[in-house]
Formats: sequence, C-alpha cells, structure tokens
Amino acid sequence: MKVTVANLKRGQRGIIKEFSAEHVPLKLLEMGCLPGNEVEMVQTAPFQDPMYLNINGSHLAIRKETALLIEIELIG
Amino acid sequence: MGKQINVALIGNPNTGKTSVFNQLTGLNQKVGNYPGITVEKKEGICKLPRGLKAHILDLPGTYSLNASSFDENVVIELLLNKNDKDYPDVAVVVSDVENLKRNLLLFTQIKDLGIPTILAINMADRMERRGISLDVELLEERLKTKVALVSARKRMGIDYLKELIINYRHIPIEPCVNASVIDPEYFGNLRKAFPNQSLYKLWLVITQDVNFGNINRAELNTNTSFNTKSTSDLKRLQQKETIIRYQFINGVLKETMSVDKNAATDLRSRLDRILTHKVWGYVIFFGILLLIFQAIYSWSSVPMDWIDATFASLSEITKETFPSGPFTSLIAEGIIPGLGGIVIFIPQIAFLFLFISILEESGYMSRVVFLMDRIMRRFGLSGKSVVPLVSGTACAIPAVMATRNIENWKERLITILVVPFTTCSARLPVYLIIIALVIPDKSFLGFNMQGLTLMILYLLGFGMAIFSAWLLHKIMKSNLKSYFVIEMPNYKVPMVKNVAINVVEKTKSFVFGAGKIILAISIILWVLASYGPGDDFENAEEIVTSKYTETEQQVNHDEIEEEVASFKLKNSYIGIMGKGIEPVVAPLGYDWKIGIAIISSFAAREVFVGTLATIYSVGSDEEETIKNRMAAEINPILGGPLFTFASGVSLLLFYAFAMQCMSTLAIVKKETNTWKWPVLQLIIMSAFAYVVALIAFQVLK
Repeated sequence: MKVTVANLKRGQRGIIKEFSAEHVPLKLLEMGCLPGNEVEMVQTAPFQDPMYLNINGSHLAIRKETALLIEIELIG
Repeated sequence: MGKQINVALIGNPNTGKTSVFNQLTGLNQKVGNYPGITVEKKEGICKLPRGLKAHILDLPGTYSLNASSFDENVVIELLLNKNDKDYPDVAVVVSDVENLKRNLLLFTQIKDLGIPTILAINMADRMERRGISLDVELLEERLKTKVALVSARKRMGIDYLKELIINYRHIPIEPCVNASVIDPEYFGNLRKAFPNQSLYKLWLVITQDVNFGNINRAELNTNTSFNTKSTSDLKRLQQKETIIRYQFINGVLKETMSVDKNAATDLRSRLDRILTHKVWGYVIFFGILLLIFQAIYSWSSVPMDWIDATFASLSEITKETFPSGPFTSLIAEGIIPGLGGIVIFIPQIAFLFLFISILEESGYMSRVVFLMDRIMRRFGLSGKSVVPLVSGTACAIPAVMATRNIENWKERLITILVVPFTTCSARLPVYLIIIALVIPDKSFLGFNMQGLTLMILYLLGFGMAIFSAWLLHKIMKSNLKSYFVIEMPNYKVPMVKNVAINVVEKTKSFVFGAGKIILAISIILWVLASYGPGDDFENAEEIVTSKYTETEQQVNHDEIEEEVASFKLKNSYIGIMGKGIEPVVAPLGYDWKIGIAIISSFAAREVFVGTLATIYSVGSDEEETIKNRMAAEINPILGGPLFTFASGVSLLLFYAFAMQCMSTLAIVKKETNTWKWPVLQLIIMSAFAYVVALIAFQVLK
C-alpha cells in the first residue's frame, strides 16, 4: 500500500517521493513541496482535514484530498 | 522637479511587505481599486534624499509569477506590460529572513524578466534570535543584485533601501536562472519565432491566463513555426522550472546562509498546540468571536448614541438659527440626518477592523481558516467567511467590508451576497414591536413564546444565509482553478502603525465610497416624504386645524402638530406611493400605511417604527402608544384587526428576508465595483421575501 502525507500522524515525518504533477497544485510545489524534501505533520483539524504541515521549513495547511496525492517514505 | 522613480513592492504574503510600504510612504498613500476589478491598489509617494521622489506601488502578495487569483494576475499584468504607466523602473522584492528560500523563488522569476530588482530582507532583527547568519556580500554576488537588510518594525535599514532605490541604474539586469534549459528545443523555436521578445516573458505569456498589453496572444497562437504544447505538458514544464529554480536557490543559500537550529525558540509550536487544537482551538475562536460581537453590538452603541444625539441637536440648531424655508429644511431634515446616517456606522466599522487587522497581523487568521475550512467549504464559503457572517448579526455594512481579506473571489462574492440575510440589529425594533403585537406572551414548553419567536427569526436568517451560499456555490462557475494551500505564518505582535492605518483606510473608504450613495438616497427619500402634489399637502395645516375648529374640540398644540405631520406624510409622494402599492401588499395582509412604512424603511429597517408613529400621529418615542394604535387598526379589505397572527408573521418574514437597506446596497456596490450584484440582491431578496410573506399570510389567515 502506498504511503502518503495523509498517513502521517502528528509529529511524524517523511521524505517526499516523486509524484505526478497533474493534479497537485503548482502553488504547493512553489511552497517547497518537491521530491526529496522533508515533510512533518504539525496538526490536523477534526476528521483529519485540513492538515497542517511543515514542508522543508514552510508551514502550510492543505486539504486531505491533496495530501493523499503526495507519496512519501516514512522516517523515524 | 525631476522624474519620479517608479518602484514596485513585490513579495510573498506575510513578509511584512505592507509594513515596509508604510515605512517608506508614511501617510502619503492612497488606496484605490484596479480598474474593473476589486483588487486593492495601494500606492504612495516616498521622499528620497537629494530632493528625489519615488512612486511606490504595493502590489498584492504573491508566491510566484504563476497566477491563480485576480490579485496575482495584477502583478503579472503589470510586469509584462512595459507601456503601463506604473511599470517599475525598479522592483523591490520584500522577503522574510525566516522563509528566504521560498521567497527567493519569486525573486529569481522577477529578476529574469530583466527588471532591476533589489532584494529587501525584512525582519532582519530576528536573525540573531533565530540563529541565522548571512553572508550578504556573497549573496549579492550570486544573485547579481543589491541586498538590503531591513526591519520595518524597528525602522532599520529603510534609509539604506532608499539609497539603493536612487541608484537603481547600477543594478545588473542579467537573469539568475536560465529557464530555457527545461526544454531547449521548445525555447529554441520560440526564440526563432519571436527574436525581439524576452524569452522568459514569452514563456509567462504562454503559461498565464492574463491580459498582456503589447504582446498579442493571437499572434502567438497563429504563428506556426513552433508547436504549441498541451496544458499538461506546460504544467510539467512549469514544475521543471520550479525545480531548477529551487536547485539554484539551494546552491546559493548553502554558501551564504547558516542556521543554528539550537537557537530557535519555538513559540510557534507552543501556541499552535493550543490555538489549532481540536477542542481548545474552537473554544478560543468562539471566545474571540464573542468579543468581536460584544464590541460591535454593545461597545459601539455608546459612540453611536452620541453621534445620533449630536446630529439630532445639530438639526435642531439649524432649524432654530436659520429662517425657515425649503432650503433650511433641506439642510436640517435632509442633509444633516443623511450625513448622520453615514457617520453612525463609523464606530462599528472601526471596531470590526481593529479586531480583523489584529487577527490578520498576528497570523491568527490563517489558523481560523484551518479550523473552519471543512465546515465552510461545503457551502462554497471560505474559513474566513465566519467573521463576516457573525458580524452581520450586528450590521451588514462592516460585515460586507470584512470580506476583503477573503482571497478567493468566488468565496468572497458569495459571502457578500448572503451576509444581508443574517439578522442585523436594525431589524430588532421592527421584530420587537410586531412580536409584542401578535405573539402571545405565554409559555410554550417552559419557554416564553415571544422569545422563542425572536430566536427562530435569528436562526431563520442564519439558515437562509447558509442555504443561499450553498445554492450560489452550485450555480456559480469559477474560471479560476480552485485550490487550497494556506500558509501558516509565524505569530507576530501586531504593529500599531499598520493596524491604525488599516482602520483609518477602511473607515475612509466607507465614508467616501458608500457614503455618497447613502447621502443621495436619503435626500431623495426625504424629498419624497416632505413634498406632495396638490392642495392637500400644501394646505395640510389649515385642513387639520379647520377640522378641529368645526367640531370645536379642545385639543392641545402638540396633538395638532402630530396630526398635521401625519396628514402631510399621507399626502406626500411617499404616501401616494404607499397607497399606490396597496394592491400589491394587500395579499400579504398589509394596508397602505404599512406600504408607506415599507417604502420609507428602505433607508434603514428601523425607520419602519418611526414612520408608523408619524402616520398614526403619535410621538415616535412612545412605544406603548404606537403598539396600542397598531392594535386598533382595522384591515380595510378583510375587516377585523389589521395586525393579526397571520399578517404579523407575514410582516416578520418580509423583514427577515427583504433587502431593506440602502446602505448595504451602497457598500455592496462599492465592494464589488458594479451595480450588477446589489441590484440582483435587491430584486432576488425582495421577491423571495414577498413570496414567503404571501404564502405565510394566505396559509395562516
């Protein structure tokens, strides 16, 4: 099963793998969500949506539907 | 006087760009709109050393030159159009020292357009605390520009920045990143097809959906010497471009910046643990909402009562000082109350924007969006729509203005359109008097029925707002792709200067923008109520007095005066209009007197009660008397009392839904920059109110 950002628990971290840019907003890439960068789950709202992340030093919130598109490799 | 230097301030949101702007221009600034759209245009004049001046344009915050909102389009349209009068001689990219990496993405894009670009690194006073050290000289060399370390908060580095602006001609304009490496063949063909255009500009024209002054898109599409690409290919290339830009930036920062992680004291994570918490986050947010509500509902009433009294006595003084005549009464009864009707909103607007600016400046507003997004998005609203919707319960005017900080235009428009459904405080006097009249003062399941009715009316207003938002969300198409990526900025102590300027600007824009319309309509309504055709209006006094002398009744002076006022109003233009619409309002259970009150309460809903008082010729302060007079009214068509349960409920529902407020229409016109939306609001809301009231009366009677 593929692991995505949506699988992260609070405080957990992962490394972003290659993903298809087709559906991921360009905005997210510009904010530093690029393959090889580290992502940490800071906080989730009720029902895990939206999700508050720290991607490569950028703090941002995205919806779960977007988080499901970003594959990662868990660390730690 | 020499030529002014055109300066464009560009930067990511939350970098303190506006603080830098405020420091450069002081109060020498004006806020307007870009023509045709509702994006705020902030510009100002900055005095430079040696008698020079710069025209500073504060462009909307953007993360890159790939636009996804009207705000961001503005930035690109300006930077691609050399003929624009605001086209910058020099661009200042404002960045935040803690997010330098991300901020440099935008910097490299602007630099590649061939505009002299200064890098201003803001919040430099925090560097030490964050353990950040920068090799500025090397950074300047690698980015081929000049760098200014500034702190708008501490007024540090601003003079040096001014010095750099004066010497903008010495800044190299060579690009940092060669974007054409992402697809050499494609860019090669582009070069051949348009040898005279900047390659990077062409690339932006191809990928962005904006208007481009001097570059013709049609020409691009018809030129067959290179193949146009599919949208997904273009997107893939944009992604590639972003990656190579970050590679360049990472390389530069590795050499020039070092961060000592141990020095970072993490206030953010400690605050976020509480403020975005699943339970405490909401508790705190609702506490803040309650405070805002308290301020605009209760605290504002003190200055508002004072304004009310001041304008009333001003009007009295005018009447007493100047000889009576049409001109004096125009001033005393038309213009002064009209101005009062504008000034009265200032306390609520100022309070609301005081809170909103503090919430925005501190970084808390992003947390509100985070908390509320899931609930609000179902109705096509933004997490930020909560603040306007709640403030609408006090007054729709500041609430509509408060939608300005919703970035997505569709979400913002929907919020503006539905806010007037929420039960504002002006509906309260109307509700209270009708409820007292037609709803029995009895208990129902332990609750007072009158109180219950009032609560139902509040819920009805809020429910209707949410429902119509959902409906509009389904109907309206948005041509801009919707996405949700919200930056969660660092917490900051709000700067007093920024908050103060914001409150003053918002208040000014209300007084001078919507104020004109409100004044014009109130004068028209006054004319309609104070003049009438024919002899009956002219001779009101004699007619009323003679009626009393004929019957030799003993009456006091006040009673006659009230009777005259009532007689005049009935025979004024508004009175005639009220009688004219009687056939239209009769199916709702109203008579022509209520018709008059409905027309004149278009000025503001609470005028309803005052108008009825004048028609029934009772002093408007005696609520009990008005109530008794209303209770005694007879329905001219059906017979029996006019105010029954059926007609009362019908009237309550009419006021719950109808767009009975010219000031709201004026502010919606101001905020949407077109008459289309307020006119639609007026027609649809009033038609809906009419139908609901009609059904209620016909079913209940």
